[in-house]
Amino acid sequence: MPEAAHSPPLDAIDRAIIDHLQGDFPLCAAPYAEAASALGIDENELLTRLQRLLDARVLTRFGPMFQIERMGGAFVLAAMRVPDENWTSVVATVNALPEVAHNYQRESGKGCDFNMWFVLATETTDGIAAALEKIEAATGLPVYPFPKLREYFVEMKLQVRT
Amino acid sequence: MNAEKASSDALDRRLVAATQGGLPLHSHPYQILGEQLGISAEEVIRRLQRMLDSGVIRRIGAVPNHYAIGYTANGMSVWDVPDARIDQLGERIGALDFVTHCYHRPRQLPDWPYNLFAMTHGSSRQEVLDKVEQIAALLGADCRSYDVLFSTRILKKTGLRISA
Repeated sequence: MPEAAHSPPLDAIDRAIIDHLQGDFPLCAAPYAEAASALGIDENELLTRLQRLLDARVLTRFGPMFQIERMGGAFVLAAMRVPDENWTSVVATVNALPEVAHNYQRESGKGCDFNMWFVLATETTDGIAAALEKIEAATGLPVYPFPKLREYFVEMKLQVRT
Repeated sequence: MNAEKASSDALDRRLVAATQGGLPLHSHPYQILGEQLGISAEEVIRRLQRMLDSGVIRRIGAVPNHYAIGYTANGMSVWDVPDARIDQLGERIGALDFVTHCYHRPRQLPDWPYNLFAMTHGSSRQEVLDKVEQIAALLGADCRSYDVLFSTRILKKTGLRISA
Protein backbone atom coordinates (compact mmCIF):
# COMPACT_ATOMS: atom_id res chain seq x y z
CA MET A 1 0.00 0.00 0.00
CA PRO A 2 1.41 3.43 -0.88
CA GLU A 3 2.27 5.63 2.05
CA ALA A 4 0.21 8.57 0.81
CA ALA A 5 3.39 10.48 0.03
CA HIS A 6 1.60 12.16 -2.86
CA SER A 7 -1.49 13.16 -0.93
CA PRO A 8 -2.79 16.64 -1.60
CA PRO A 9 -2.19 19.07 1.25
CA LEU A 10 -4.83 19.11 3.97
CA ASP A 11 -6.68 22.33 4.66
CA ALA A 12 -8.06 23.50 8.01
CA ILE A 13 -11.43 21.80 7.45
CA ASP A 14 -9.77 18.47 6.55
CA ARG A 15 -7.69 18.72 9.72
CA ALA A 16 -10.76 19.50 11.83
CA ILE A 17 -12.59 16.50 10.34
CA ILE A 18 -9.69 14.13 11.07
CA ASP A 19 -8.99 15.52 14.54
CA HIS A 20 -12.61 15.64 15.72
CA LEU A 21 -14.14 12.61 14.04
CA GLN A 22 -11.88 9.82 15.35
CA GLY A 23 -14.63 8.73 17.72
CA ASP A 24 -18.11 9.56 18.97
CA PHE A 25 -19.65 9.51 15.51
CA PRO A 26 -23.36 10.08 16.22
CA LEU A 27 -25.82 7.20 16.38
CA CYS A 28 -28.90 8.95 15.00
CA ALA A 29 -30.91 9.03 11.77
CA ALA A 30 -28.69 11.60 10.01
CA PRO A 31 -25.28 11.32 11.71
CA TYR A 32 -23.24 13.07 8.99
CA ALA A 33 -25.52 16.12 9.23
CA GLU A 34 -25.06 16.18 13.00
CA ALA A 35 -21.28 15.73 12.81
CA ALA A 36 -21.02 18.34 10.05
CA SER A 37 -22.97 20.86 12.09
CA ALA A 38 -20.54 20.44 15.01
CA LEU A 39 -17.70 21.21 12.56
CA GLY A 40 -19.48 24.26 11.10
CA ILE A 41 -19.94 22.75 7.63
CA ASP A 42 -22.89 21.15 5.90
CA GLU A 43 -23.59 17.47 5.40
CA ASN A 44 -22.72 17.41 1.70
CA GLU A 45 -19.37 19.01 2.30
CA LEU A 46 -18.53 16.49 5.02
CA LEU A 47 -19.53 13.54 2.81
CA THR A 48 -17.55 14.91 -0.14
CA ARG A 49 -14.47 15.52 1.96
CA LEU A 50 -14.63 12.10 3.64
CA GLN A 51 -14.80 10.46 0.21
CA ARG A 52 -11.82 12.51 -0.97
CA LEU A 53 -9.78 11.71 2.17
CA LEU A 54 -10.54 8.01 1.71
CA ASP A 55 -9.66 8.12 -2.02
CA ALA A 56 -6.37 9.88 -1.21
CA ARG A 57 -5.70 7.27 1.54
CA VAL A 58 -5.38 9.97 4.16
CA LEU A 59 -8.04 7.92 5.92
CA THR A 60 -7.83 4.15 5.71
CA ARG A 61 -11.45 3.75 6.79
CA PHE A 62 -14.44 5.59 8.21
CA GLY A 63 -16.52 3.42 10.52
CA PRO A 64 -16.42 1.24 13.63
CA MET A 65 -13.13 -0.02 15.10
CA PHE A 66 -13.80 -3.51 16.40
CA GLN A 67 -12.34 -5.38 19.32
CA ILE A 68 -13.19 -8.80 17.97
CA GLU A 69 -11.99 -10.57 21.14
CA ARG A 70 -15.24 -9.39 22.74
CA MET A 71 -17.15 -11.46 20.16
CA GLY A 72 -15.07 -14.60 20.56
CA GLY A 73 -12.50 -13.71 17.91
CA ALA A 74 -8.83 -12.93 18.21
CA PHE A 75 -6.20 -10.39 17.19
CA VAL A 76 -2.62 -11.65 17.35
CA LEU A 77 0.61 -9.86 16.48
CA ALA A 78 3.14 -12.09 14.72
CA ALA A 79 6.59 -11.61 13.28
CA MET A 80 8.90 -13.23 10.76
CA ARG A 81 12.51 -12.95 9.68
CA VAL A 82 12.26 -12.73 5.93
CA PRO A 83 15.45 -12.98 3.87
CA ASP A 84 15.85 -10.16 1.33
CA GLU A 85 15.78 -12.54 -1.61
CA ASN A 86 12.34 -13.87 -0.61
CA TRP A 87 10.89 -10.54 0.46
CA THR A 88 8.56 -9.83 -2.47
CA SER A 89 7.05 -13.29 -2.62
CA VAL A 90 6.57 -13.52 1.15
CA VAL A 91 4.84 -10.11 1.22
CA ALA A 92 2.47 -11.33 -1.49
CA THR A 93 1.79 -14.61 0.31
CA VAL A 94 1.15 -13.02 3.70
CA ASN A 95 -0.93 -10.11 2.38
CA ALA A 96 -3.11 -12.46 0.33
CA LEU A 97 -4.59 -13.96 3.51
CA PRO A 98 -7.81 -12.20 4.56
CA GLU A 99 -6.86 -12.95 8.19
CA VAL A 100 -3.94 -10.50 7.88
CA ALA A 101 -5.45 -7.18 9.01
CA HIS A 102 -2.26 -5.18 8.67
CA ASN A 103 1.36 -5.79 7.91
CA TYR A 104 4.41 -3.60 8.47
CA GLN A 105 8.01 -3.80 7.44
CA ARG A 106 10.20 -2.85 10.42
CA GLU A 107 13.88 -2.35 11.05
CA SER A 108 15.87 -2.15 14.25
CA GLY A 109 18.85 0.02 15.00
CA LYS A 110 20.33 -2.84 17.00
CA GLY A 111 20.46 -5.54 14.37
CA CYS A 112 17.25 -7.38 15.32
CA ASP A 113 16.24 -9.17 12.12
CA PHE A 114 12.51 -9.64 12.72
CA ASN A 115 11.60 -7.51 9.73
CA MET A 116 7.96 -8.37 9.01
CA TRP A 117 5.26 -7.68 11.63
CA PHE A 118 1.62 -8.38 10.98
CA VAL A 119 -1.63 -8.66 12.88
CA LEU A 120 -3.96 -11.61 12.37
CA ALA A 121 -7.64 -10.96 13.04
CA THR A 122 -9.93 -13.98 13.06
CA GLU A 123 -13.49 -14.74 14.03
CA THR A 124 -12.49 -17.55 16.36
CA THR A 125 -9.38 -18.14 18.44
CA ASP A 126 -8.82 -21.41 16.50
CA GLY A 127 -8.51 -19.35 13.33
CA ILE A 128 -5.20 -17.91 14.54
CA ALA A 129 -3.37 -21.25 14.73
CA ALA A 130 -4.74 -22.20 11.31
CA ALA A 131 -3.55 -18.92 9.78
CA LEU A 132 -0.09 -19.27 11.36
CA GLU A 133 0.22 -22.78 9.94
CA LYS A 134 -0.88 -21.62 6.49
CA ILE A 135 1.78 -18.90 6.46
CA GLU A 136 4.53 -21.25 7.64
CA ALA A 137 3.55 -23.88 5.06
CA ALA A 138 3.35 -21.35 2.22
CA THR A 139 6.59 -19.52 3.00
CA GLY A 140 8.70 -22.25 4.60
CA LEU A 141 9.65 -19.72 7.28
CA PRO A 142 8.90 -19.87 11.01
CA VAL A 143 6.28 -17.43 12.29
CA TYR A 144 6.57 -16.12 15.85
CA PRO A 145 3.24 -15.25 17.48
CA PHE A 146 3.10 -12.56 20.15
CA PRO A 147 -0.42 -12.81 21.60
CA LYS A 148 -1.25 -10.11 24.11
CA LEU A 149 -1.07 -11.40 27.65
CA ARG A 150 -2.32 -8.11 29.02
CA GLU A 151 -3.36 -4.79 27.54
CA TYR A 152 -2.27 -1.78 29.61
CA PHE A 153 -3.38 0.97 27.25
CA VAL A 154 -4.78 1.46 23.75
CA GLU A 155 -5.81 4.85 22.43
CA MET A 156 -4.88 5.43 18.84
CA LYS A 157 -6.04 8.99 18.31
CA LEU A 158 -3.38 11.18 16.72
CA GLN A 159 -3.87 14.86 15.88
CA VAL A 160 -2.97 16.00 12.35
CA ARG A 161 0.53 17.47 12.10
CA THR A 162 0.72 18.26 8.40
CA MET B 1 -27.33 -20.47 24.69
CA ASN B 2 -30.99 -20.05 23.78
CA ALA B 3 -32.29 -19.55 20.24
CA GLU B 4 -32.96 -15.85 20.70
CA LYS B 5 -29.39 -15.20 21.93
CA ALA B 6 -27.89 -17.21 19.07
CA SER B 7 -29.93 -15.35 16.49
CA SER B 8 -28.99 -12.02 18.06
CA ASP B 9 -25.29 -12.93 17.89
CA ALA B 10 -25.63 -13.96 14.25
CA LEU B 11 -27.19 -10.60 13.43
CA ASP B 12 -24.42 -8.77 15.28
CA ARG B 13 -21.86 -10.68 13.23
CA ARG B 14 -23.64 -9.69 10.04
CA LEU B 15 -23.58 -6.09 11.24
CA VAL B 16 -19.82 -6.38 11.89
CA ALA B 17 -19.31 -7.86 8.42
CA ALA B 18 -21.42 -5.09 6.85
CA THR B 19 -19.52 -2.24 8.58
CA GLN B 20 -15.92 -3.50 8.87
CA GLY B 21 -15.00 -1.88 5.54
CA GLY B 22 -16.61 1.38 6.63
CA LEU B 23 -20.00 3.04 7.07
CA PRO B 24 -21.98 3.99 3.95
CA LEU B 25 -21.15 7.57 2.96
CA HIS B 26 -24.76 8.57 2.68
CA SER B 27 -27.11 10.84 4.66
CA HIS B 28 -28.78 7.89 6.36
CA PRO B 29 -26.09 5.21 6.76
CA TYR B 30 -27.90 3.21 9.43
CA GLN B 31 -31.03 3.09 7.28
CA ILE B 32 -28.96 1.62 4.43
CA LEU B 33 -27.36 -0.95 6.73
CA GLY B 34 -30.80 -1.87 8.08
CA GLU B 35 -32.08 -2.45 4.55
CA GLN B 36 -29.09 -4.73 3.85
CA LEU B 37 -29.74 -6.73 7.02
CA GLY B 38 -33.53 -6.70 6.98
CA ILE B 39 -33.90 -4.68 10.19
CA SER B 40 -34.84 -1.09 11.00
CA ALA B 41 -32.37 1.80 11.28
CA GLU B 42 -33.35 2.02 14.96
CA GLU B 43 -32.35 -1.62 15.46
CA VAL B 44 -28.99 -0.99 13.75
CA ILE B 45 -28.40 1.98 16.06
CA ARG B 46 -29.46 0.00 19.14
CA ARG B 47 -27.06 -2.84 18.27
CA LEU B 48 -24.15 -0.50 17.49
CA GLN B 49 -24.74 1.28 20.82
CA ARG B 50 -24.78 -2.06 22.62
CA MET B 51 -21.50 -3.11 20.94
CA LEU B 52 -19.95 0.22 21.97
CA ASP B 53 -21.14 -0.30 25.54
CA SER B 54 -19.76 -3.85 25.68
CA GLY B 55 -16.45 -2.91 24.03
CA VAL B 56 -16.96 -4.98 20.86
CA ILE B 57 -16.66 -1.58 19.13
CA ARG B 58 -13.91 0.62 20.54
CA ARG B 59 -15.13 3.71 18.70
CA ILE B 60 -16.80 4.84 15.49
CA GLY B 61 -15.14 7.41 13.26
CA ALA B 62 -12.19 8.24 11.06
CA VAL B 63 -9.17 5.91 10.94
CA PRO B 64 -6.25 7.99 9.63
CA ASN B 65 -3.20 6.76 7.80
CA HIS B 66 -0.54 7.96 10.27
CA TYR B 67 1.96 8.71 7.54
CA ALA B 68 -0.48 10.96 5.71
CA ILE B 69 -1.18 13.08 8.80
CA GLY B 70 2.46 13.70 9.63
CA TYR B 71 3.52 10.76 11.80
CA THR B 72 6.20 9.41 9.53
CA ALA B 73 8.12 7.75 12.35
CA ASN B 74 6.46 4.85 14.13
CA GLY B 75 8.59 3.07 16.70
CA MET B 76 7.62 -0.15 18.39
CA SER B 77 9.72 -0.05 21.55
CA VAL B 78 10.23 -3.45 23.17
CA TRP B 79 11.57 -4.05 26.66
CA ASP B 80 12.84 -6.93 28.76
CA VAL B 81 11.54 -6.29 32.26
CA PRO B 82 11.06 -8.65 35.24
CA ASP B 83 7.81 -10.64 34.96
CA ALA B 84 7.04 -10.00 38.61
CA ARG B 85 7.04 -6.23 37.99
CA ILE B 86 5.56 -6.05 34.52
CA ASP B 87 1.97 -5.14 35.41
CA GLN B 88 3.07 -2.23 37.56
CA LEU B 89 5.54 -1.04 34.90
CA GLY B 90 3.11 -1.58 32.02
CA GLU B 91 0.47 0.59 33.70
CA ARG B 92 3.00 3.40 34.17
CA ILE B 93 4.33 3.23 30.60
CA GLY B 94 0.80 2.98 29.18
CA ALA B 95 -0.13 6.16 31.04
CA LEU B 96 2.52 8.23 29.19
CA ASP B 97 0.73 10.58 26.79
CA PHE B 98 2.87 9.62 23.79
CA VAL B 99 2.32 5.84 24.09
CA THR B 100 -0.60 4.73 21.88
CA HIS B 101 -0.52 1.00 22.65
CA CYS B 102 1.10 -0.85 25.54
CA TYR B 103 0.98 -4.61 26.03
CA HIS B 104 2.51 -7.51 27.90
CA ARG B 105 3.44 -10.14 25.30
CA PRO B 106 5.36 -13.42 25.62
CA ARG B 107 9.10 -13.66 25.09
CA GLN B 108 10.29 -16.06 22.36
CA LEU B 109 13.56 -17.26 23.84
CA PRO B 110 16.26 -17.37 22.69
CA ASP B 111 15.25 -15.28 19.68
CA TRP B 112 13.28 -12.58 21.44
CA PRO B 113 13.89 -11.53 25.06
CA TYR B 114 11.33 -8.69 25.25
CA ASN B 115 8.03 -8.91 27.12
CA LEU B 116 6.75 -5.30 27.23
CA PHE B 117 5.70 -3.55 24.00
CA ALA B 118 5.02 0.22 23.83
CA MET B 119 4.16 1.92 20.52
CA THR B 120 5.16 5.53 19.97
CA HIS B 121 4.59 7.85 17.01
CA GLY B 122 6.38 11.02 15.92
CA SER B 123 7.33 13.25 13.02
CA SER B 124 10.92 11.98 13.06
CA ARG B 125 12.91 9.04 14.33
CA GLN B 126 14.71 11.40 16.68
CA GLU B 127 11.42 12.43 18.27
CA VAL B 128 10.52 8.76 18.78
CA LEU B 129 14.00 8.00 20.18
CA ASP B 130 13.66 10.91 22.63
CA LYS B 131 10.39 9.40 23.84
CA VAL B 132 12.00 5.98 24.12
CA GLU B 133 14.69 7.58 26.31
CA GLN B 134 11.94 8.83 28.60
CA ILE B 135 10.56 5.30 28.87
CA ALA B 136 14.06 3.97 29.60
CA ALA B 137 14.50 6.57 32.34
CA LEU B 138 11.18 5.63 33.87
CA LEU B 139 11.97 1.91 33.83
CA GLY B 140 15.43 2.48 35.30
CA ALA B 141 17.07 -0.71 36.57
CA ASP B 142 13.96 -2.74 35.68
CA CYS B 143 14.99 -2.46 32.02
CA ARG B 144 17.42 -5.29 31.27
CA SER B 145 17.55 -4.61 27.53
CA TYR B 146 15.44 -2.94 24.87
CA ASP B 147 15.14 -2.22 21.17
CA VAL B 148 13.11 0.06 18.91
CA LEU B 149 11.74 -1.27 15.63
CA PHE B 150 10.79 1.49 13.20
CA SER B 151 8.25 0.80 10.52
CA THR B 152 9.77 1.36 7.11
CA ARG B 153 6.71 0.47 5.04
CA ILE B 154 3.03 -0.23 5.47
CA LEU B 155 2.62 -3.47 3.51
CA LYS B 156 -1.11 -3.84 4.22
CA LYS B 157 -3.72 -2.03 6.28
CA THR B 158 -7.27 -3.20 5.86
CA GLY B 159 -8.38 -3.96 9.41
CA LEU B 160 -10.67 -6.78 10.38
CA ARG B 161 -12.29 -8.86 7.62
CA ILE B 162 -14.74 -11.51 8.75
CA SER B 163 -17.41 -13.21 6.70
CA ALA B 164 -21.00 -12.82 7.81
